[in-house]
Amino acid sequence: MSTQAATEDLAAVIGLEVHVQLETDTKIFCGCSTDAADAEPNTHTCPTCLGLPGALPVLNEGAVEAAVRLGKALHADIPERTTFHRKNYFYPDLPKGFQLTQYDAPICQDGELEVRVEDRRRDIGITRAHLEEDPGSLQHVGGSIDTADYTKVDYNRAGTPLVEIVTEPDFRSPDETRAFLAKLEEVLEYLGIYDAERDGSLRVDANISMVSADDLAGEVDDAVLAEANRTEVKNISSHKGAQQALAYEVTRQRNAIQRGREVEQETRHWDESRGITVSMRSKEAEKDYRYFEEADLPPLEVSDWKERLEIPELPDARRERFREEYDLSEEAASKLTSTKEVADFFEEIAREYDPDLAATWVADNLLGELNYRDMAVTDLEGRFDEFTRLVELVAEDEITEKNAREVVLRGMLDEGETPDDIVEAEDLGKTSGDEVQAAVEAAIAENPDAVADYEDGDEGAINFLVGQVMQKTGGSADPGQVNGLLREELDE
Amino acid sequence: MADAHNAFVTEETIEGADSGPLAGATVAVKDNISTEGVRTTCGSEMLAEYVPPYDATVVSRLTDAGATIVGKTNMDEFGMGTTTETSAFGATTNPVDEERVPGGSSGGSAAAVAAGDADYALGSDTGGSVRCPAAFCGVVGIKPTYGLVSRYGLVAYANSLEQIGPLAPTVEGAAELLDVIAGPDEHDATTRDAGAGSDYAAAANGDVDGLTVGVPTELVEGADDEVRAVFEDALDAYRDAGAEIEEVSLPSVEYGVAAYYVIAMSEASSNLARFDGVRYGESGGFEGNWNESFAETRAENLGDEVKRRILLGTYALSAGYHDKYYKQAQEARAWVRQDFEGAFEDVDVLATPTMPVLPPKLGESVDDPLQMYLMDANTVPVNLANLPAISVPAGESSEGLPVGLQLVGPTFGEETIIDAAALLG
Ligand SMILES: [Zn+2]
Repeated sequence: MSTQAATEDLAAVIGLEVHVQLETDTKIFCGCSTDAADAEPNTHTCPTCLGLPGALPVLNEGAVEAAVRLGKALHADIPERTTFHRKNYFYPDLPKGFQLTQYDAPICQDGELEVRVEDRRRDIGITRAHLEEDPGSLQHVGGSIDTADYTKVDYNRAGTPLVEIVTEPDFRSPDETRAFLAKLEEVLEYLGIYDAERDGSLRVDANISMVSADDLAGEVDDAVLAEANRTEVKNISSHKGAQQALAYEVTRQRNAIQRGREVEQETRHWDESRGITVSMRSKEAEKDYRYFEEADLPPLEVSDWKERLEIPELPDARRERFREEYDLSEEAASKLTSTKEVADFFEEIAREYDPDLAATWVADNLLGELNYRDMAVTDLEGRFDEFTRLVELVAEDEITEKNAREVVLRGMLDEGETPDDIVEAEDLGKTSGDEVQAAVEAAIAENPDAVADYEDGDEGAINFLVGQVMQKTGGSADPGQVNGLLREELDE
Repeated sequence: MADAHNAFVTEETIEGADSGPLAGATVAVKDNISTEGVRTTCGSEMLAEYVPPYDATVVSRLTDAGATIVGKTNMDEFGMGTTTETSAFGATTNPVDEERVPGGSSGGSAAAVAAGDADYALGSDTGGSVRCPAAFCGVVGIKPTYGLVSRYGLVAYANSLEQIGPLAPTVEGAAELLDVIAGPDEHDATTRDAGAGSDYAAAANGDVDGLTVGVPTELVEGADDEVRAVFEDALDAYRDAGAEIEEVSLPSVEYGVAAYYVIAMSEASSNLARFDGVRYGESGGFEGNWNESFAETRAENLGDEVKRRILLGTYALSAGYHDKYYKQAQEARAWVRQDFEGAFEDVDVLATPTMPVLPPKLGESVDDPLQMYLMDANTVPVNLANLPAISVPAGESSEGLPVGLQLVGPTFGEETIIDAAALLG
């Protein structure tokens, strides 16, 4: 970026490279389990993922299917056949001295993902998405990468399937990258090919250039981008991190330019704990990875996979359908489609009970209480039946809404008890009609003054009487019903 | 067992199943084929201490078939050589003539069979490494069609070119061994169904009546006179048995050696990258960063020929040279493949001398790598074209040195070449 831009308005041009771990049972080129979260180091390994001499890769077609599903969701082109290349470089976490990845025939090409930022719709172009294997992980002992006494290598992660999604430089603000990544995660979760909880499941590198805002009118000119010095920011691991790191970069670069300084073309490291980016190495010569095709993996014909593989209804479509089919507000529809589990659960309840009731209970009560406890719907796995039973108790008028919300639901979440146990233990069962009727009659008989006030047109008196009845029934009567019964008696 | 020819790197017995087609038979296994619990050195200092925790598929198939493995045979380091002189464990000598090389890179396997130290042997053939030592030691060796035999457990030198192949005193013996090791393997995605339930041994009849044998002039002209004379006599034997001999032309093979070495070295530069001192070879004690430490380990633990090929291969794949060397070589490879396909429209098998020369004396060829590479002129085109070939003893030179005849067949045409070769052995 030339310094004369200092007087002009500056705008950010950002592109992302997103590494996503695909959720498959086994690794991409061997039969080892990918579920190594709590495992001892190097226990989820075999000759292939350890890169032992003579071991060969065999492609896990499940990983290819996951990538094709993603391609379908991104409206991307899928090639006739998929091939793998070797990317050659030395690093201790790389057991073979090369990484198996895709080069000139990526599994997805030319896709897009629609995101919304404050009611503005943006279509982010997806240049490509390709499959590759994750390397192992390093643990530096007694210091950082440069100062450690020694480094331990764990190959449990080696061979975990990754998809690297490369976007066009279509982002114009850090907010847009956050919205994109959140949307991407949502789509990946809907497709059932991603586990956000897994450590390292999302890794983001961002490229950012500051250009004159005038140059950004309409399409971005490649020449403009080529002239602007590009900064690559690595080590971002969440959508929030992307927004923070890039906001930091925008400010840093804008300040530099406005002070007449050149922004260096360099790679920077996002230090999340300090909230800053740090220069890693500037002007590093471009690496020569000596790509060539992997002969051990014959090309896989995938031309008909896009038609063959089904994908579920995606979040945008489902949100729209919820609004129409269940007559929900935009906010409620958004909440209810935030994850596939929530949406599926809502629909299950809405099929049996009033959709309004289902929406209130799932979107407001359940998600609200979960959110308050920093829990997710996935934490309720195996207990959906209990929650359905709670909604049933409310729908059948067996307990009051207030008790259901404040006593039963909280007890379920905090104590892990079932709704029926809580209702019994707390004696929340609604009082029978006869008892309420008796209480109404008693309240009228015992409070002639209030009755007289009511007959004189004092509406406030009825509230006093309702209170009396509620007291007699220990709060288990329904106040609306009591109100009706009182009027019936008094108006006779 | 006295190992008079230094045919073995490690002599250790691995017992097979009690019964099976190879019950009672002994097999020597090239030291680049992984054996669980028995070190597998590839003839390299780098792997001198490497003990695989798993068996190559061919090793399990051998022991399942009742074979007893008697040891791991010497070889050119990582298969890179034509004489078995580049081994870190010393040269193997040719049992036919102690002063001569046994050929390579599977020289230990061929010598073990020729000396009677094992009934059969397994070698690997990337550019002739089974056929060359078979020819030089006077035994039979088969390079199967790419994809017929699992490579799982074979330490890769050039993985798009190589196959594990059998060596034996007779064609029928080699075919018996091939029957045991051939067929698809879930651990090797390049294996094909051909070879499942094969009975190649039954095809070893020498029935060549009506067979059309093509002789590619380009691969005969360059051979030594003595080799050529034995080869012509062998062709006469085929004529006498009812075969028709026809001259054919394979113009592409002129580029065979160049294309082969560019591809093999390129793949080798990547295949051998894992030997970085982190898990193999001498590690630690070096100053500097990781890269410097990797370089030190590799400089100290790899031999000259291996380093030469890694450097040349790295160069051929580098940005700016990739198109000029690697890509060109791939184009030449495609042409060679087409040339062979065209030839097999007219003939059933192709015949050439396996090696254009007689076995050199020890030390004669190691100092001239280019001369050594040119010795592979007749064998490498077969690997470039992924085809099956067999080397069978065709006769002897005036000094009594063995000369091999190579018969090349179409893709998965193992039965045809085994049948034809059985006429001579
Ligand atoms: Zn594994």
